[in-house]
Formats: sequence, structure tokens, C-alpha cells
Amino acid sequence: MDLELSETLQKVVDGLSSEFSETFIGVYQSTGDTFVRVEAEAIVDICRYLKNEQHFIYLTDIFGIDRFTSEERFEVVYDLVSLRDRERLFIKVRLPEENPTVESITDVWKSASWMEREVFDMFGIKFENHPDFRRIYMPEDFDYYPLRKEFPLLGIPGSIELPNTTPDTE
Amino acid sequence: MQTKHLKNKVDPKFFKEHQEKLYQALEDKHTTIEMLDDEDPLGTEMVLNMGPQHPATHGVLRLALQLNGELIEKAKLDVGYLHRGVEKIAENKTYQEFMPYTDRMDYLSPYSNNVALCTAVEKIASVEVPERAHYIRMIGCELARISSHLLWLGTMVMDAGAVSFFIWTFREREKLYDIFDHIGGHRFTISHSRIGGVANDLTDDAIAMIKDFVDNFPQELKDFHMLLDRNRIFFDRNREVGVLTPERALEIGATGPTLRGSGYAYDIRDFEPYARYDEVEFEVPTRLEGDNLARYYVRMEEMHESIRIIRQCLDKLPKGPVRTDNAKQAYPSKDEVYYSMEGMIHDFMMTDTGICPPEGAESYHAVEGPKGELGYYIQSDGTGHPWRLKINSPSFKNLQALEDMLDGEMVADTVVIIGGVDPVMGEADK
Repeated sequence: MDLELSETLQKVVDGLSSEFSETFIGVYQSTGDTFVRVEAEAIVDICRYLKNEQHFIYLTDIFGIDRFTSEERFEVVYDLVSLRDRERLFIKVRLPEENPTVESITDVWKSASWMEREVFDMFGIKFENHPDFRRIYMPEDFDYYPLRKEFPLLGIPGSIELPNTTPDTE
Repeated sequence: MQTKHLKNKVDPKFFKEHQEKLYQALEDKHTTIEMLDDEDPLGTEMVLNMGPQHPATHGVLRLALQLNGELIEKAKLDVGYLHRGVEKIAENKTYQEFMPYTDRMDYLSPYSNNVALCTAVEKIASVEVPERAHYIRMIGCELARISSHLLWLGTMVMDAGAVSFFIWTFREREKLYDIFDHIGGHRFTISHSRIGGVANDLTDDAIAMIKDFVDNFPQELKDFHMLLDRNRIFFDRNREVGVLTPERALEIGATGPTLRGSGYAYDIRDFEPYARYDEVEFEVPTRLEGDNLARYYVRMEEMHESIRIIRQCLDKLPKGPVRTDNAKQAYPSKDEVYYSMEGMIHDFMMTDTGICPPEGAESYHAVEGPKGELGYYIQSDGTGHPWRLKINSPSFKNLQALEDMLDGEMVADTVVIIGGVDPVMGEADK
């Protein structure tokens, strides 16, 4: 597929592929957005490089995707914004189905903390070296990861303890 | 304070593990606020739970505050009490079917949410939207912004101690509800936007009401300014309260007025213009102080700018259709549905399968909601349902900033700071 990268993004991609030739997998575009795929183990270094060298100083979002394939089932997407160049760049890492773990980027952006917790809560992807690693929406007592594709839409009966509806008869 | 004996005291009835971990996290939180000695002869240290049922927390937000006298040493937020799993629901609905759910996300400005979803779907499925629809959407979005900011103004000033103010801002909101009633037939959750345009054109009545509102509202705003700008009590309660420095605001991921109050002019309408925001003139108000008062000024000026945008939209409002005339992409008009067979079939197909973006396509589109950047990431698998739909909600990010902001503040200011950040739990909890 032909890429229509703007000048600044081209520079960023060139910089990434030369600095991280080992861990840089590829770049592709879809409906005008640019996605860069990298190896999971290099994510912290790449984020630090993009923040310090390429002015992507603002992290807007982190989210997970369940591809529901047998290989590299989970994806984590980092949505970075460069306020100076008015560009948006997505960094993607893929993780295996068994024990998906990736290094936390809270050292680079503090704001990653809640976003990573949300990804963990919804997909069960673990982030290493996270300062406060808990679920965020669901209670800790809940054992499932609701946004995984195998989780039923109606939920699992009895999976969550609900308060007594008639308090007097406790 | 030891959580060990805290646990004994609290003895939660259910979600035991959750409560324990929350208090543990509060204890473990690293803070730079100076603490007293370990000994606490006067018993000034305590852990205070605010919420989830607290009238001033704008919904079901729960704060666990560790206090030292009246000083908040550290704070932890517990969100998720309004989690409904809308992203999971989205995966099981067609794009158009999902739109009414977005009304219930940020329920203070439903119109922006509808437009955010529709523009995102239009981007991924490359749907052309008629000019007139763009302008109607912009008018709706700006009215929604004023409506949301008015609620913020009323509740924030009420949090700061002036109860009657709430009634005056709600009088103006009432007019906005009437306008929305005339635009789309609903006062609150209006669901007026459609993929490929809007549901129906603005009636003459609606346009007259919008014009009337635009003419009269600046005077009201002036009155609000007169009441608050030189008000000693309001000033003292807001100035240098909840300070977020520019570096910290960006680092902690604040967005919308909270980020602009800290000096960064990051506004999606200006950053990556959608609809026809590149054809109207407006300013992006910013302040450098980063305190609650700065956020007040930013939002007040934003309301001025919204009025300016609506005026320009009304002047420029082009004639023409309000929905794209392509039965594979958008609902046909009701005239067609009632009087032609094809129209009816197309209507049925749109309801049954809906619009199908190309397989494997991904896109992210954000709009500037009243609370900040409201983005929709959609990944399609070629069917009428999204494979993955992620909502990047501004309130969630602002709440994270709030957790950071509260450290070192006074407990009496908590409510004012929450009011200044203006979170909506329906959106933060998804």
C-alpha cells in the first residue's frame, strides 16, 4: 500500500526505523491515520524517543484490541499527539494470548497510569512496573475481562456479588 | 495511618478485596506533601470517604482522602460505579443503533456525542456529508457546549456557596432545551445526528429560537460576569485553588478547558478541524494560571466564542439537502420510505445491516466536546457492527488530573475543585 505521509511524519518514521531498526516492524495507513507497529519489548524506549526527540509530548489514549486470532491475539495502541507539528501518531504492539505482558510507560507519561489500568481491566493485559496496578472500572473481586471476545454480552451470572436488596432481612 | 486497623474499623460488606486494595493504594501513594510525625496525639489524621453518593461529586464519583487536620495529604479516586460497558454493547450493535447510547455518555451535551460518533463512522466509511448538515451540526454542537458550560457554571458556583446562581443558569438551559426540542423532537437525549447528515432540517421556528437565544444570551453572560468577576467570596474560593501547572497538566493528560486553563491551546476544532470549523472564525481561549479561576475564565470565554460561531453558521447556512442521498450509506428520507418500494427496502436494509466500512479499516476521529477531546477509534471487520470501538472520553482523563490536583489542598476546597474540573461520570465510566 502506498503511504501518503506528511513531511514531519515521514521524518518521524525515518527516525524510528533508523534508531530502532531491530524492533521497528512497519508502518501503514488507514483512512488517513498513521499506525506504526513495533516490538513490545521496545515500547518504553520508543515512547521516550518520540517524546524527547520528536516532540510527541502529549499522550491522549491507550487502548487494547482483541484480535481473536491464535497468534499475537492482543494489541495495545498508543495514541500520541505532537502539539508543535499538529500530528497524531499511533504506536501498536502485539502480545501473545498466554500471559500478555508489556512494560508500563508511566515513567514517560504519568497520564498512562489510568489508561493502562483500563486496558488491564478490560483485556487482562498486564503492565510491568506500574506504580498502582489495580482494576479501574470493575471491582477487584471480579475475575473476568469483559472486553475479550469470549466474554458473553449478558455477563456471567453470579460473577459479581451484589448488595442485599432487602437490607432488613440480612 | 495503618490500613490494618482501618480495615477492622470499616469492615466492608461486599467487594472486600476491592476496598482493601483501594485503601492500600492510598497508603502506598507517593506524595510530596510534608507529613507530621508518626505520632498523632491529637488524632488529626483520618481517612475520609467521599461518595459515591455525594451530592457535590457530580454523579457517582468516590474519593478516598487521607486527611491531616483539614489538609488533604493524598487522594485516591475510585471510578466505575456507572460502568455500563458501552464499548461491549457497541460491538453488538450497528453503528446507527449505537448512537442513542452516546447520548447517555456525556448526558450534559448529547449533541456533541452524536456528532462525534457520526463523524467517526463517516471517516472510516468515507461518507460525504452535505454542506448544510455540517453547519446544522456545528450549531447543535455549540448549543450543546453552552448548555454543558451553563450546568458547570451553576453547579460550580453553587459548590462555592451561591445557591441562587444555579437557578439563573438553569433558566438559560431551559431555553436551550426548548431549542433542542424544536430541532430534533427531544429536549434532553436528542439523537439528532445521523450517519451521513442529520435527521431533519431546522424548522423556521427553530432558527427563530436560535436567533433569539443568540441575541439575548450575551447580555445574560454579561450579567453572570458582573455577578462573579468582582465577587470577593467567589475569587477567594477559586484563586490559587487546584493549581495545575502547564507541565503537569500535559504530563497528567488533562484535556479540554482544564488543559487550556493551564496554558496549552489544544482544541480539536483548531488542531484538526472537522465539520466546517476551518471556515468560521473563533479564538481558543487560554489562561496561564492553571487554577480554578483560570478554568472559570476559559469556559466563560468559550461560551462567547460559541455564540460567535453560531452567528457565523446562521449567516453562512447554505441551502440544500441535510443527508447524503446514497441509500447504501445513509437512511433515505421519510418521503421516499413512505411512497416508494426501493425507499422502504433501503430503510429496512439500513436498520438491519447498516453501513459496512471496508474490512480491516481503522480510524480515529475526535471532536472537541465541552469537556475536551472526545475521540472514537473504530476498527471494522467488514460487517455492520464495529469489531472494536474505543471511546476516548475527556472526563476520564480529567479525573486522573483531579487525583493529582487534590494532593495538598484543603478538604473544604475539594468540592470546588471537582466542580472546576467538571467531570461527567456517565462519560468517565463508559
